[in-house]
Amino acid sequence: MNDPNNQPAPLTIDDVRHVAKLARLAVPQERLAALQHDLQAILGHIAQLQSVNTDGLEPMAHPLTLTNRLGDDVPQPSMPIADLLRNAPAVQGDFLAVPKVLGGESS
Amino acid sequence: MNIDLVQVRDDIRTRKTTARATVDQTLARIAHSNSQLNAYHEVFDDQARADADRIDLEIAAGKSVGVLAGVPIAIKDNIVTRIGHTTCSSRILENYRSPFDATVINRLTQAGAIIVGKTNLDEFAMGSSCEKCAWGVVRNPWDINRVPGGSSGGSAVAVAANLCAAALGSDTGGSIRQPAALCGVVGFKPTYGRISRYGLVAFGSSLDQIGPITHSVRDAALLYQCMAGDDPHDSTCAPRAVEDVVTTLEETPRAFRVGLPVQYRKGNSPSVDAAVARAVEFFKAMGATIVDVDLPLTDVGISTYYVIAPAEASSNLARFDGIRYGHRTKSTAAKDLFDLYAQSRAEGFGPEVQRRIMLGTYVLSAGYYDAYYRRALQIRRLIKQEFDTAFAKCDVILGPTSPTAAFSIGGMTDPLAMYMCDVYTVNTNIAGICGISLPAGFDETSQMPLPVGIQLQAQAFAEPMLLKVARAYERVQGGRGYPTV
Repeated sequence: MNDPNNQPAPLTIDDVRHVAKLARLAVPQERLAALQHDLQAILGHIAQLQSVNTDGLEPMAHPLTLTNRLGDDVPQPSMPIADLLRNAPAVQGDFLAVPKVLGGESS
Repeated sequence: MNIDLVQVRDDIRTRKTTARATVDQTLARIAHSNSQLNAYHEVFDDQARADADRIDLEIAAGKSVGVLAGVPIAIKDNIVTRIGHTTCSSRILENYRSPFDATVINRLTQAGAIIVGKTNLDEFAMGSSCEKCAWGVVRNPWDINRVPGGSSGGSAVAVAANLCAAALGSDTGGSIRQPAALCGVVGFKPTYGRISRYGLVAFGSSLDQIGPITHSVRDAALLYQCMAGDDPHDSTCAPRAVEDVVTTLEETPRAFRVGLPVQYRKGNSPSVDAAVARAVEFFKAMGATIVDVDLPLTDVGISTYYVIAPAEASSNLARFDGIRYGHRTKSTAAKDLFDLYAQSRAEGFGPEVQRRIMLGTYVLSAGYYDAYYRRALQIRRLIKQEFDTAFAKCDVILGPTSPTAAFSIGGMTDPLAMYMCDVYTVNTNIAGICGISLPAGFDETSQMPLPVGIQLQAQAFAEPMLLKVARAYERVQGGRGYPTV
């Protein structure tokens, strides 16, 4: 089914590690190879998309052609804070508690 | 004909039985077989009995009650309810309790339905077998060594084993229709935007649609009628009036044309091809015109789907980060915000969900977006055009729902092979049209007879015609009985 010329470039372990970082998933070292194998197989199949002629076609992001449906600009009641915080894993007063933010996102 | 929701509803209304007796019988059946089948993750015994008593009092007092008064309904556990938990069969939401009800829950309960419990699914609706459920595999009541299909497998099993009068599922690429086919029940995916998605935990937002899984087409029509229509909470809900599909359902469909795609005839098991052939003969006898139609992109649909759906999922599932709700890692190694996100998500999501998030992230990443995501959206337009061309020649497209009957639990380990189960269902979602799976006999070659399904697809918003044709087929096809489990 796939045109061999359309096969994607091999996915390296470093690629998998990079995508895991973008996806905010701490993939353990020992699972990287299995993920690499699975993703490579799926991408190999998906490569058949390259054999379809799509010249001049407008991408279709959505089945409905609705755009900009606006609601009435009227205040609505909000959910009580206590209801919203009930599911939070860590709370201080009326706030969500998180580890330090500054200096994060750097790993 | 099996006892369907409409029959139960009528019996309660005419006081042949009571809502309480109906609920008690349902709860007794659940108590008897759920430990084996694992259809339900959670059952609301006390609340269901209290709701039933309230409805019985209203009926006894001669008050007017809703069209679903007293019927026990099961809800797929990715549709939020204030009662109980909403887990999406994922550890990341193990303890999650929704502060609000989904629009469909409000509409059903306003019509008098009783929410009897939440059903298991493949985690976050990603799967075709219900083997990827954090709360254990779900079993097919026709043969407990077989899968029920997925992702709405728990709902399909609950209906097939008569553990509810009807159930709700969600369908992103076949997740209502495929398990319905494998369990021998009716599964209906309405047109995209027909039923509000408010309160459906988002998987692929441009593909997801809630729909009913039922004993009969008339049940599916009634539930659809109760749920369909615009919703201020969902801006992607279609702002157009909903036709009355219930009162017109028994009308004989006017002269109609049934399209048979040549691409739907290869690689199916003989029992599935035979079921489609029987349906062709039935429609011919009804006076329908049978025409060949061409859907050359049928095969390409899976590839298109496995770009679009994971891309949307990777974005939608970014909200599960261990901050506002859901699992947060207890690991002391998570010293900053990034670690907290990454560790919580790695602990909370199962392997298939992580695989799809990775795939979606990859196809949206710099350097690959045009080659994968943009191209898939262009092919999506081609698939839509292909259906438009086919529907110029026919009113409904007939084919299999799934290429085979239920496969053995543990029998399909390759993710890609599993994805292929949905070859006849994904394009319905990609194009945003409607489709219904109907019980169509049994595969008798296996040790236990296994149900097979046929699928009818119709153009967007053609539900009234689709349901009428499906109902005509059902009247002749008749009952299928119940599994012995």
